[in-house]
Amino acid sequence: MTWKQVFTSSVGKKLVMGLTGISLVLFLVVHASINATVFADLFNSEENGEMFNKAAHFMGSTVLIRIMEIGLFGGIILHIAQGYLLSLENQQKRSVGYAVAYKDGSKWYSRSMGLLGTIILLFLVLHLYHFWVSARFTNKGLEESVSYNGVEMHNMFGLMKATFSEWWIFLVYSLGCISLGYHLAHGFQSAFRTLGVHNKRYTTMLISIGYGFSVFITLVFILMPLSFLLGWIG
Amino acid sequence: MEHNTMNLNLKVWRQKNNNTKGEFKLYRVENISAEMSFLEMFDVLNEQLVVTGEEPVAFDHDCREGICGMCSMYINGKPHGPWQANTTCQLHMRAFKDGDTIVVEPWRANAFPVVKDLMVDRSAFDRIIQAGGYISVNTGNAVDGNALPINKKDADDSFAAAMCIGCGACVAACKNSSAMLFMSAKVSHLALLPQGDPERNSRVLNMVAQMDKEGFGACTNTGACEATCPKEISLSNIARLNQEYLSASLVADK
Ligand code: HEM
Ligand code: SF4
Ligand code: FES
Repeated sequence: MTWKQVFTSSVGKKLVMGLTGISLVLFLVVHASINATVFADLFNSEENGEMFNKAAHFMGSTVLIRIMEIGLFGGIILHIAQGYLLSLENQQKRSVGYAVAYKDGSKWYSRSMGLLGTIILLFLVLHLYHFWVSARFTNKGLEESVSYNGVEMHNMFGLMKATFSEWWIFLVYSLGCISLGYHLAHGFQSAFRTLGVHNKRYTTMLISIGYGFSVFITLVFILMPLSFLLGWIG
Repeated sequence: MEHNTMNLNLKVWRQKNNNTKGEFKLYRVENISAEMSFLEMFDVLNEQLVVTGEEPVAFDHDCREGICGMCSMYINGKPHGPWQANTTCQLHMRAFKDGDTIVVEPWRANAFPVVKDLMVDRSAFDRIIQAGGYISVNTGNAVDGNALPINKKDADDSFAAAMCIGCGACVAACKNSSAMLFMSAKVSHLALLPQGDPERNSRVLNMVAQMDKEGFGACTNTGACEATCPKEISLSNIARLNQEYLSASLVADK
């Protein structure tokens, strides 16, 4: 059994999905935590996004984090490519379908991981265009920098405020986050099953944590654009 | 108990053989007793067809008592019909009511090609078992069963997995046509016992390789298999198979 055989087997392919999926979940935790610093604005009227800008600057200017970013992109690409490949292959295993589909035995979102992933992917493209492309390449919307204690940096907080001043962007972001929530409602526990966790003690716990995490991460991510849109912060 | 009978409309998949395209045919059966089993209702239909000179509907069955796994009908959008933890042969007509239209399809999966009408070829399962779903035993005197201490919980879990009758409903229910519930039942059944331990690594690797070769899909843990399985094989067996596979590939020779 060579490694190639392992990772091209049906079980091995799922292993790739599970491992990359869990790495993406860890990334979400970091991403949400850093973004939550925008809410420092609520407690200090002088803030004006200082904490968030500094955090974003740290993430963009630290070598180790930039190296981790490469890993993150690699993981996302692997997850997406493998996800589509798997969905396609699985679909091809039944050439003649049923006249009456079997729907009661599973949740709709468990059966729609590819579709939910596609919505997340479309959202991701827009999201990267809004922030990552601006910060790294085009500087669009970031012409005026800010400086704290003599260190000049992008005003990412300002860019967020400007971006989230439009309703349609808020709606698209919300749709992306809700899709992510449903993707994780299935994916979180599924990933651990794929990695072989089968003791009842842990599976029941992981199912609950998975649902909790999915709802929490969806709400936290939606709260940010909403807070800017409604002028609660910024 | 009150005795009632019913008249039913059946929409049944008819297909001459694997090389022809099939189609649904509509039939009507009358005076069906609520105490009949679903297969007995099909017997009535077939006698009717013989009388009218039409070819009877081919379907698999053997024990008709829920233990052999042969009966394979996808009834109104669920393998083995509407009841939980039940086989087609043990489905009784009281599950339906007068005037119902019942749609009956064969298991659908490329790995289970239709032989005729509602019969599918499930020999892929046999080849998976041949690839590793066994233990090798030396000849000689039988060993005293009580000489091997086995943890009660492991024995119970193993027995629960051994309940699988290889019917293939899990494949039929799965959107990916995955055979993982069946596979995991067989792997768990043996891996949990000391008798299965010596061959545990080669078993899981060879069985998965054969499963992939037969053209079953990959599991995405939707749980449709567990929900339809007549023997209530637990989804957690699939996670155990994943663990077995992972540890077997980590220590493999090449
Ligand atoms: C930040 C974004 C994402 C996160 C956190 C995430 C997370 C996960 C997790 C944890 C799993 C479960 C893995 C397993 O069952 O072993 C999974 C599965 C999957 N993901 Fe994602 N995912 C993300 C984005 C995407 C995208 C963009 C696609 C695009 C197609 C996608 C497609 C899939 C598919 C097809 C599966 C397999 C379905 C299944 O196993 O039931 N995901 N994802
Ligand atoms: S796991 Fe259940 S549904 Fe699948 S073959 Fe065994 S008894 Fe049938
Ligand atoms: S005919 Fe044997 S299980 Fe149904």
